[in-house]
Amino acid sequence: MIQTRGLTKDFVVSSTETVHAVRGIDLDIAPGELVAVLGPNGAGKSTTMRMLTTLVRPTSGTATVAGVDVVADPATVRRHIGYVGQGNGAGHQQRAADELTMQGQVYGLDRISARRRTGELLDALDLTALARRKVSDLSGGQRRRLDVALGLVHAPRLLFLDEPTTGLDPHNRANLWEHIARLRAEHDMTIVLTTHYLDEADTMAERVVVVDHGQVIADDTADGLKRTLAGDRVVLTVAVPGTAGQVASIVGSLRGARDVTVTGDRVDARVADAGAAVPELVLAASATGTPLLEALAVRPTLDDVFLALTGRRLRDEGSRVTDIPTEETAA
Amino acid sequence: MSTVTVDGPARTVTPVRRSWFSDVGLVMSRELRPVVREPFSVVFGLIQPLVFLGLFGPLLAGSVGAAGGFSGAEVWQWFVPAILVMTTLFGTSTTGSNLQFEMQTGAHERLLVTPLSRSSQLVGRSLKEIVPLVAQAVIVVLVMLPFGFRADPVGAVLGLAMLAVLGVGLGSLSYALAIAVRKQEWMFWVVQQTVLFPLLILSGMLLPLETGPQWMKVASAFDPLRWVVEAERALFAGDLTSGAVAAGWLAAVLTAVVGLAVGVRTLLRSTD
Ligand SMILES: Nc1ncnc2c1ncn2[C@@H]1O[C@H](COP(=O)(O)OP(=O)(O)OP(=O)(O)O)[C@@H](O)[C@H]1O
Ligand SMILES: [Mg+2]
Repeated sequence: MIQTRGLTKDFVVSSTETVHAVRGIDLDIAPGELVAVLGPNGAGKSTTMRMLTTLVRPTSGTATVAGVDVVADPATVRRHIGYVGQGNGAGHQQRAADELTMQGQVYGLDRISARRRTGELLDALDLTALARRKVSDLSGGQRRRLDVALGLVHAPRLLFLDEPTTGLDPHNRANLWEHIARLRAEHDMTIVLTTHYLDEADTMAERVVVVDHGQVIADDTADGLKRTLAGDRVVLTVAVPGTAGQVASIVGSLRGARDVTVTGDRVDARVADAGAAVPELVLAASATGTPLLEALAVRPTLDDVFLALTGRRLRDEGSRVTDIPTEETAA
Repeated sequence: MSTVTVDGPARTVTPVRRSWFSDVGLVMSRELRPVVREPFSVVFGLIQPLVFLGLFGPLLAGSVGAAGGFSGAEVWQWFVPAILVMTTLFGTSTTGSNLQFEMQTGAHERLLVTPLSRSSQLVGRSLKEIVPLVAQAVIVVLVMLPFGFRADPVGAVLGLAMLAVLGVGLGSLSYALAIAVRKQEWMFWVVQQTVLFPLLILSGMLLPLETGPQWMKVASAFDPLRWVVEAERALFAGDLTSGAVAAGWLAAVLTAVVGLAVGVRTLLRSTD
């Protein structure tokens, strides 16, 4: 559905400064895939998407979307895709329903079908009461839902969503995802979305592409990334102060355990399967007279993956970040 | 001829190739919606021209009138057609700022990714200018009738048509400017203001050019507004066959053709 080779974009900002926004991205996306592009601010996510949607001309490299080259035949590409940009797609001077109806007509619906479709979408995204409101009078999250609705009007086979759920409350995020999942199932849609929300990438996308400094630094399923790059961990707190060292050696003897660290009364380690390791460790610790106060099985998050990849964290309010103090290797 | 499948709640729409004209129609009606819903915006656009009429008109009658030999109602025959051109200029030259706003928010980007042809987007926006400008011109004429302004009915209709053609060209140039300076938005107003007043003064709209120096007369020949202003004066006076009218049409049509060409070209080349 999408294929890019060495896709690159340089923005010449001034005579002395050129921003290398995207540096040689190779991507293959098959029909029906739902791919999340994850990366920090300025990573090049939007620029990549804008090249694929014919808004920005690549500096070098190639991209074909729905079998059509984006530079050679942008008009045909546009006919096959839907796009929800990072900004507000709905004109601020317009009314919500009018924009949706016009969008439907743009894609070839007659006026009556376009109106009906408008009603359905407003209803699905909980916007019916706001149909006659001017877009500038909507709240940020309401406007965002309208933007997404505009991209869904024609139920495109290939949909690009640039941070679709930014600014939405948890209820509306869940509702939007449900709606998109349903559309996707009904129409066999291919979806590429960018997000900062780790849990969104985690739960919605089968495939996560991590982008940093304009390059793809990882491309796998969320589970695959977590398994290979971060792995499970156990965090143990000893009941008897001063016994952390002994517990650490028990952990160290566990098969597959590595990176065992001690911080005060806490022992932290990477293990192959935290769920199996915890009961085993609890029993072993009490058997040697060094009982545990607490034993946690910690599944990795995409944030851990990101940390492993870049040495930086990519936290956000929507992610389930396990709050663990900075690790220090005990002497 | 649509290939829309109407089964189930959400239909997959396989976009049909819409005609260019219906694209223009869609864009134009989208642009008109806020104007129609808030017709007062049309009246606000009249404030400046009415100020000129109310405060400058009497002065004109006093000074130029005494020197040039026209007085009273005759001043209106000279000044009101010019004010109509001024209204057109003010209204259409600022319209690019609407597009500028939609470029900032993302609405323009959304439309660029749709199958709407780019030229239809520019032409549709420019054609929309006709509605507010004709409405404004009609208001000005109606307001001035009680003060002794005489409008030949046929001439007035032709005059409004000429203004519409001129306005489409000026509006398109304003959009082109907004697109061209999209990386330095403040430039829009700098250029608009810098171009506006020379065009205005060289058109002989406010004061007759006859008394000006030779170089001004030469420069004014390159100002399309000058030819339109003279044509509007002739048309409203009922002098439908004068050479000034032909020259006005030529200037208006040239402005529209050049304006639309520049506008479409600028939009087509606007991808970074
Ligand atoms: N039109 C432009 N002109 C100049 N530089 C640009 C332009 N668009 C993007 N950039 C630069 O390119 C880089 C990548 O930007 P991009 O918008 O693709 O990032 P992003 O991953 O979408 O970030 P965010 O998460 O903040 O949306 C940034 O450094 C940005 O400043
Ligand atoms: Mg972005």
